[in-house]
Amino acid sequence: MTSLVVARARLARTKRQNGVLRFAASVGRTTVSIAATLLGLVTLTFFIGRLLPLDPVIAILGDNVSQEAYDTMYRKLGLDQPLIVQYGLYLKNALSFDFGDALTSGRPVLEDIARVFPATIELATVAVVIGTGIGIPMGVLSAMYRDSLIDHVVRMIGLIGYSTPNFWLGLMGLTVFYASLGWVSGPGRVDFAYEFTIEPGTGFLLIDTALQGQWEAFRNVVSHIVLPASILSFGALAYISRMTRSFMIEQLGQEYVITARVKGMSWARTVWVHAFRNVAVQVVTVVALSYAFLLEGAVLTETVFAWPGFGRYLTNALLAGDMNAVVGCTLLIGIIFVAINLLTDLLYRIFDPRTR
Amino acid sequence: MSIHLTAAPRAGSLKTWLAAPVPASRLQARAQQIWRAIWRLRSNTSALFGFAIILLLLLMAIFAPLIATHDIYAQDLSARLQPPSRAHFFGTDELGRDIFSRIVFGARITLYIAILTAAIAAPVGLIVGTTAGYLGGWVDIVLMRIVDVFLAFPSLVLALAFVAALGPGIENSVIAISLASWPPIARLARAETLTIRKSDYVAAARLQGASSWQIIRSDIVPMCIPSVVVRITLNMAAIILTAAGLGFLGLGAQPPSPEWGAMLSTGREFMLTSWWIAAIPGCSILLASLAFNLFGDGLRDILDPRHG
Repeated sequence: MTSLVVARARLARTKRQNGVLRFAASVGRTTVSIAATLLGLVTLTFFIGRLLPLDPVIAILGDNVSQEAYDTMYRKLGLDQPLIVQYGLYLKNALSFDFGDALTSGRPVLEDIARVFPATIELATVAVVIGTGIGIPMGVLSAMYRDSLIDHVVRMIGLIGYSTPNFWLGLMGLTVFYASLGWVSGPGRVDFAYEFTIEPGTGFLLIDTALQGQWEAFRNVVSHIVLPASILSFGALAYISRMTRSFMIEQLGQEYVITARVKGMSWARTVWVHAFRNVAVQVVTVVALSYAFLLEGAVLTETVFAWPGFGRYLTNALLAGDMNAVVGCTLLIGIIFVAINLLTDLLYRIFDPRTR
Repeated sequence: MSIHLTAAPRAGSLKTWLAAPVPASRLQARAQQIWRAIWRLRSNTSALFGFAIILLLLLMAIFAPLIATHDIYAQDLSARLQPPSRAHFFGTDELGRDIFSRIVFGARITLYIAILTAAIAAPVGLIVGTTAGYLGGWVDIVLMRIVDVFLAFPSLVLALAFVAALGPGIENSVIAISLASWPPIARLARAETLTIRKSDYVAAARLQGASSWQIIRSDIVPMCIPSVVVRITLNMAAIILTAAGLGFLGLGAQPPSPEWGAMLSTGREFMLTSWWIAAIPGCSILLASLAFNLFGDGLRDILDPRHG
């Protein structure tokens, strides 16, 4: 009898160990594949930098330089080295996030990015909050009343969200809500008058002004961010509502929904408590992915709203032919994308027992 | 045998030929497939609407010189910023150019970019994806790693980086957007290939001595085409938006080209006083993109019911 218990305990332990081993193996595989992707990202950006038709030496020193100064800089940039050596050097620098100096500002690219990034994060976060807050209820309602008028309207809004150029929507929004109606403030993050009264802190103006108790400035920041964030959120809203709808339709066709109804549970409770709980993890991953795409949308939205963030920095670097900054920004976006994908993958594994 | 013959009372009628229960030739089978697809599309109003707009855009692009009412480059400074009227259907821009005519010619550029990009990205993605999926092993690992690297960038950012490196212009935007749009197609084609590579008919082809390349070309690729067509149609909506975005940033088509994004970018200074100068190019972009989205959704229901 005792031997049976011991044998059972041993079996359970082996099973656990196997589980741990399998988990370790999957983590190992994921790590290798991420490392390979990151190496690929660095390589791709290296080649993008190499395609450049501009002469990097002239880009730094200007047109009229002596041959001697030109040669010195040429050697300093390592351009006299074979391509493979240059690649090694680039790889080494990229691993320590050293992308060189930005031509337009003269400061290291990473420093510039760190300065402008909070503005973009703030904008994208407000946008994702708006997109999620409206998108999820829209998707659920659409699934609840499938093929009804609500469903058709939601799907049409989704399609328009996919098809609208958000920079154009931004221009129209500025014309209507800022210039004509005066409901919101215009371009920029905050009125010039407040620019120097807000002490530097987290870099997120909504948080900084609230912490410093400057409620007038806070209201000003809100009236600046609400329009660009709403417009930026439109695409995310379309994506979130569409995905929520299809997840929910799948759940509402399951037998447990019928059982719950037969037992007398209200339709709303069945949908929101039982069915929605089963799609929550999937919806969270969709929200995380849409956050990544908001960073893409921010490039154009920021240009329209003169928003001093990452997107506008990238655009200005592009127009100035500042390749160090372009490569740095591109690589960084790639890394963020990979990180968000990894995070959603982890979320799935932790919160959804079915994937274990 | 005789039953089939009697089922076709009037030989030579196109309708009976298309409705024949057993096709007699490969041509007839293909024609019947297409006919049935069109028949199903007819009941899908939104897809038809999308198709109608695409058709309209195509006609506009082809017959642009006949439709345009004015010379698209002719400046008339005495008639600048005119609101829409009978002389200028969509008004005039800041240089007195007729916006209607520029929109008509702009359809050429938009469709040129969208079609050319699709024509580059679809075959490349199809070949990479089917090869990776069919051969498997290290070929699959290497190719899919490359695809993952490209997918790690948002397509607009990748296109921006390539345009920055190649220089602005329509041809370079086509190259840049193509470079950013083939990877999702490759991943799709690979997934399709994985589901059919173990089929009996593929095994039969291999037993008959067909080479891997032959099998990929004649047994795998045709099976992947429907879902790739659906995906590329939906992608064309995104391509139109990206191209307009590049034009808007000044990195795509260059002024005075009547590209819709570039028109928006030059018109934005005047939009507060003259709404039509920004509203009309924007609506054109929206409508074109919406048309491909609607049509693509409809196509998916017909060609690719598994993913509908």
